[in-house]
Amino acid sequence: MKYKSLGILTAIAAVATFSVASAGTLENVKKKDLLTCGVSTGLPGFSDPDKNKKWTGLDADYCKAVAAAVLGDANKVKFVPLTAKERFTALQSGEIDILSRNTTWTQTRDTSLGLNFAGVTYYDGQGFMVSKKLGVKSAKELSGAAVCIQAGTTTELNLADYFRFNNMKYKSVVYDTSDQTIKGFEAGRCDMLTSDQSQLYALMTKLKDPASAMVLPEIISKEPLGPVVRQGDDVWFNINKWTLNALINAEEMGITSQNINEKKSSKDPSVMRFVGKSKNLGKKISLDNSWAVNIIAQVGNYGEIFERNVGKNTPLKIARGLNALWNKGGIMYAPPMR
Amino acid sequence: MSQPGVGILINFNLGINLSEDFASRGVPASKPPPWNDPFIRSMFFQVIAVLLLGYCFYSIFDNTLTNMEKRGITTGFSFLSEEAGFGILMSLIEYDETYSYGRTFFVGLLNTAVVAACGIILATSIGFIIGIARLSNNWLIAKLATIYIEIFRNIPLLLQIIFWQIAVLQTLPGPRQSLRIGDAFFLNNRGVFLPDPKFGKEFIFVISAFLISLISAYIFKIWAKRTQEKTGRQYPVVYVSLGLIIGLPTIIFFLVGMPLTWEYAKLERFSFSGGANIIPEFISLLWALTMYTAAFIAEIVRSGILAVDHGQTEAARSLGLRNSLTLRLVVIPQALRVIIPPLTSQYLNLTKNSSLATAIGYPDLVSVFMGTTLNQTGQAVEIVAMTMAVYLTFSLVISMFMNWYNKRVSLVER
Ligand SMILES: N[C@@H](CCC(=O)N[C@@H](CS)C(=O)NCC(=O)O)C(=O)O
Repeated sequence: MKYKSLGILTAIAAVATFSVASAGTLENVKKKDLLTCGVSTGLPGFSDPDKNKKWTGLDADYCKAVAAAVLGDANKVKFVPLTAKERFTALQSGEIDILSRNTTWTQTRDTSLGLNFAGVTYYDGQGFMVSKKLGVKSAKELSGAAVCIQAGTTTELNLADYFRFNNMKYKSVVYDTSDQTIKGFEAGRCDMLTSDQSQLYALMTKLKDPASAMVLPEIISKEPLGPVVRQGDDVWFNINKWTLNALINAEEMGITSQNINEKKSSKDPSVMRFVGKSKNLGKKISLDNSWAVNIIAQVGNYGEIFERNVGKNTPLKIARGLNALWNKGGIMYAPPMR
Repeated sequence: MSQPGVGILINFNLGINLSEDFASRGVPASKPPPWNDPFIRSMFFQVIAVLLLGYCFYSIFDNTLTNMEKRGITTGFSFLSEEAGFGILMSLIEYDETYSYGRTFFVGLLNTAVVAACGIILATSIGFIIGIARLSNNWLIAKLATIYIEIFRNIPLLLQIIFWQIAVLQTLPGPRQSLRIGDAFFLNNRGVFLPDPKFGKEFIFVISAFLISLISAYIFKIWAKRTQEKTGRQYPVVYVSLGLIIGLPTIIFFLVGMPLTWEYAKLERFSFSGGANIIPEFISLLWALTMYTAAFIAEIVRSGILAVDHGQTEAARSLGLRNSLTLRLVVIPQALRVIIPPLTSQYLNLTKNSSLATAIGYPDLVSVFMGTTLNQTGQAVEIVAMTMAVYLTFSLVISMFMNWYNKRVSLVER
């Protein structure tokens, strides 16, 4: 541990001392011909290595989309698994280019940590999971319970707020990784597990007997999850913002990985801008004009990514809900590309 | 670790210079001017070197912080007074989420200190027993001790910690099926629940009585020793002291009306509340650290005892000393001189190894402060520096204490 802390310290000191301005992430990525992307240590549906050790999930796909836009190849991504505690230091010190790891956008993180959130890839909220045999129906009955929770998350803070406000007592058992958290819950060290609700469904799939647990109806917080980059590098920030916007706009315009080739000859002005036939939108974010085509052809639009990783036909079975497009009953909304 | 090195260097130079100085005093006429005085000159250069080194460190730190500020990362120590807003499983001082980040530092620090202290005491006791057992004439005992040492010394500590945590959690029942002794003691997968003592005001008399009897026992011991040296009469020092230390406070306790009540743990909907709770993470971490370090200490003790010349034992025997007295009065005091230096480094290792606590969720300094607090505030440099300072301080305090003790037991040549 001592070596590790020394490592962190020297890493920060070195980076902070020798490269004052953090600009130039785009050049670095192009030079290495590789995008380095921070993800979780394993969270089904969001970022999780599959049988062939390939990273899959919504958060992993976002990084692939950026690689497709910047390098023209969605496979040129190196994934770095990070615990909740490690993630911001890894980004600040330049170890990764993007942090795409179910990270909640909060004011402190956006400001005093020197980071920028590129948008929201998933609107979430914190929920509770309990064992069915406790017979609990509502979070309000949980006074006196022991809670398994992950270190360094907004979850830790929301939990304290909620129990304090409702005059309830709790004991928090804090773990480093989601794996340890779910094991602690399974071993009966705690009565409930709390996390962002989407992650509860993901973690439930890791239980030996998923049917033995249930998610309580209460949502106690707002958790807008999104990709994060370092503050002070506007070129890179713009690329990330508009990669996400392109994913969402493509779904809204009906552009998918299936029909992208036909769309290239479309006469619809907005589609023509999207595929780079007019307006040079790619050049405006220092990329090739085929950037958006590359994203959709190789990764798909937001709706495709959602359904593939967390949607109805996956073990997570999450409905679009808030994450549906704004004109379909949700709040996913991207500024226009023009 | 550079500090002791520098100290030695300076001492060394001073020693030489002082003796030169002393030598030159033998010739009083030729006292050199100050800039030619080797003592003053070397002092001057050493002070300069220390100042330069200090400035170097300061400027690295300052430069880092300035650059971080340029990147929009908040720096400084003002976060320490902000409200923490998260809960901690175990705290030796009063704490809840309304306390400050500064308080989380002390909560973590004390949690680290308490496992380290308990671990050092336990590992030393077990290590001594096993070390002596390994030298036993009884074949079975000696072999069992060897097996213990070889197993616990050769499995990585992290695995052992996780193993004990799983073993503890898997074998213990849930709160409703607790193992219990009456209505007072409960054992389940939330840990051990004990009655919590609540002291009345009058308890201060009991404490005073205890201190007084401690002092009198000490005085009695010195007196008994002197008398024995003078007259050869032996007094039962142990029994008298024990009688004093236990008897007097007990009598006072009853006289002032038993100012002590016990708060029992009660089963509620999910688990027990009230009472005193020792969490399972503490138990598994302490146990793992103890078993692991005790194996090393056992080897140190064995080598220490073997290092004492066999002639010493024979001499003691021929004086008619019993086996246990030979061990206690002749062998161990001499073995200690060999044992203490490597024992010190085991204590340092144990303290630093306690930071593996995060693997099982024990809220030590690394988990609470360098984990959660760091992540919530993002002030990595300040927090990592503070954490390292704590471990350094712990290590230096242990080293200093052990060096002092080593000097005390080391051979006094007569
Ligand atoms: N959204 C929250 C929580 C994120 C989080 O770390 N959640 C856990 C769920 S238990 C997780 O994803 N763990 C995966 C891992 O440890 O790699 C935040 O940003 O603080």
